Amino acid sequence: MFLAAIAALMAFLSFGGPVAAQDDPAETVGGRLRAEDDAGDKIFVEGVEFTVFDVDGNEVGTATTDADGVWLVPLLTSGVYSVELNVDTLQGFELRNPENNPLTGVEVQPNTNKNTLFPLGERVIEESNSIRPIQLFVDGIKLGMIIAMCAIGLSLIYGTTGLTNFAHGEMVTLGAMIGFVFHVTWQFDFLGSWMTSLVFGAVMATVITGAIGGLFNELVWKRLRNRGASLISALVVSIGLSIFFRYIFLYQFGGRAGFYRDYRIGSQVEFFGLFTMLRKDIFIVVFGGLILVGVATGLRKTRVGKAMRAVADNRDLAESSGIDVEQVIKYVWIVGSALAGLGGVLFGLTENVNWEMGFRLLLLMFAGVTLGGLGTAYGALLGSLIAGIFIQMSTLLIPGDMKNVGALLALIIILLVRPQGLLGRPDRIG
Amino acid sequence: MDWVSIIESLFRGLIGESFIFFALAAIGLNLHFGFTGLLNFGQAVFMAAGAYGLAMMVATIGPAANRNFGWDLSESTLFWLGIFVGVIVFPVIFALVMGIPTLRLRADYLAIVTIAVAEIFRIVVRSPTPGIKKWTNSSDGLTGFSGTFYDMSPFGTQDRYLFNLFTGNQMFLVMVGWVVLAIVATICWLLIRSPWGRVLKAIREDEDAARSLGKNAYAYKMQALIIGGIFGAIGGMIRAIGFSVAQPDNFITDVTFFVWVALILGGAGKVLAPIVGASLLYGLLNFSDTFLRQGVSNDLIPDSLMTGTQVGQVRFMIMGLGLALLAAFRPQGIFGNKEEMALDDR
Repeated sequence: MFLAAIAALMAFLSFGGPVAAQDDPAETVGGRLRAEDDAGDKIFVEGVEFTVFDVDGNEVGTATTDADGVWLVPLLTSGVYSVELNVDTLQGFELRNPENNPLTGVEVQPNTNKNTLFPLGERVIEESNSIRPIQLFVDGIKLGMIIAMCAIGLSLIYGTTGLTNFAHGEMVTLGAMIGFVFHVTWQFDFLGSWMTSLVFGAVMATVITGAIGGLFNELVWKRLRNRGASLISALVVSIGLSIFFRYIFLYQFGGRAGFYRDYRIGSQVEFFGLFTMLRKDIFIVVFGGLILVGVATGLRKTRVGKAMRAVADNRDLAESSGIDVEQVIKYVWIVGSALAGLGGVLFGLTENVNWEMGFRLLLLMFAGVTLGGLGTAYGALLGSLIAGIFIQMSTLLIPGDMKNVGALLALIIILLVRPQGLLGRPDRIG
Repeated sequence: MDWVSIIESLFRGLIGESFIFFALAAIGLNLHFGFTGLLNFGQAVFMAAGAYGLAMMVATIGPAANRNFGWDLSESTLFWLGIFVGVIVFPVIFALVMGIPTLRLRADYLAIVTIAVAEIFRIVVRSPTPGIKKWTNSSDGLTGFSGTFYDMSPFGTQDRYLFNLFTGNQMFLVMVGWVVLAIVATICWLLIRSPWGRVLKAIREDEDAARSLGKNAYAYKMQALIIGGIFGAIGGMIRAIGFSVAQPDNFITDVTFFVWVALILGGAGKVLAPIVGASLLYGLLNFSDTFLRQGVSNDLIPDSLMTGTQVGQVRFMIMGLGLALLAAFRPQGIFGNKEEMALDDR
């Protein structure tokens, strides 16, 4: 049953395998265009046009980079060529050495593939009309919302079962990838708009990750609990599953970064001359805010929500008050995983979709959850928002590629001064 | 199928370089987790400490000191200084950073903080910021620090040794590695037999009981963290010398997880278990890796199912699934004693 589920998952995600080797002509000129995204990770830039000219200035051929940033122009003969990058197709990236474009004097020897290098600089963020601390604060709220959405499940699972679930990040990756399949691979558009396939993909991501979360509770965690396995061995099981699924994602998706189709939409909206936001980011903040308010209300008003908080607070007391704890744990797994999957789509929308995105986010989730108080629902919300803001604001002081260090340091410091977190109770930490 | 190369890679895994440094790291982790009950998920940072302590001393800090203070330290002097820095100074600093906030807290907090420290170190070291890159050379890592070591090698660089398994330099590294491994295992055995080691076990079994007998549990846990970290650093240093490079991405969190697999496979809480666990793990991994690669290159496994690059990923899947199954069904490992050590919650 478990293996069948994995096989189904692999079949579902079977797309974007490695590019098959082509029948290469004798001489080619090509290259691989790479850049660094906001998190400082290497990504490959897709959809950039290159044109190759011969010594007399005649166009020999053009090529566009594929998803791996690779471009290749077949040549008829060896010789000296020049290569021009079409700057209009750079999607906000900028050449580090604009004076080297077009690149002239590219010597191609017989029977060789000549590699050319176009180093890209930092992505240009037009900050003309923003005040940097306010801009970073707003960016931080966006990041914090995504962390919060993913982390609520982590915190509630911990609160209800005591499990520190290291495989939670893989739910985030899975959600982003399901969104990717519907939105990019299958292009499930209806009503003639790419938005519909993204929304549909997000809905499917939520539903499928929720179902898989429930399935996992049923097949793995419930059995472990019934066998009386210790929490530490359950923790190690979750680490094993995390590695296992991460490498299944790598196996199926490849090591490259995938982008949702609207990644290149760069239209910015200005707010009172204080900060600017991309349109998709406004959507993320508004939508994420609605979901988080909805979750908080659900936890406060609905029967299941109250029961979840009760079990997280004191399991034995909840059980003796007539709450069906196993039932509540099942709902926690389903809702928590579904939220993580949805958060994954939003995270993929802000950055990119790759095989270890969830695992990278996991540490930030831990930081947020610990900050707010491990095991509490509202603490996870609050702590994640603070962590997100802290990460972005810290770039005022430290280089952007080390911004996650700030959140992790905050995690260590909070454990020194208030180990139970902002909303936690001291007795939790034993 | 080239069975000779499959068998060769099996034996390289069982006794080769990978086995040695993972066994050393696993001995350290065994002291942390198996004997003291500390849930350390940042063993990779201790390994990185060993590698970078040596590499930075020889390649960046040492030459800078020579330039700025007018000293004239030779490369071999710097090498031995680097071993001291990598084995003692760095691990002690990291252990204090990890231990001070968390050793008073419950086990899962230590797990999170140790991962956080390991990631902080890796992110900082691979930062392209000029002020840091000057010392650590960003994600490309540091090279050119292992010359002194290989100059001491009595083996010819052109010849192959031990049934063609190793080149001369590898043979020297592996021999030194075995000796170090034997010494470390002996030290660990003596430590565990000593009164100090019995206190560690007492803390593992019941910290409150140990405390009520007047033992300062916090201090003992810190000492265990430091000594286990030193063992891990020795492992990381041997790894760096073996590859002649110290790179931040050689010390990702997954490396820690693999050390855990080796430890749990052998059985936490037994002195020899991590050695056997690492040996079996790498024998198994190398065997399956070469076996699958041979299958792919001989078209026994169709390309649609698996390509050469995907073989490397399959071994990680096996490792992950193996760890999950072990922890679920046989948490005491091969040699472990269920009563004494069953990944218990303390």
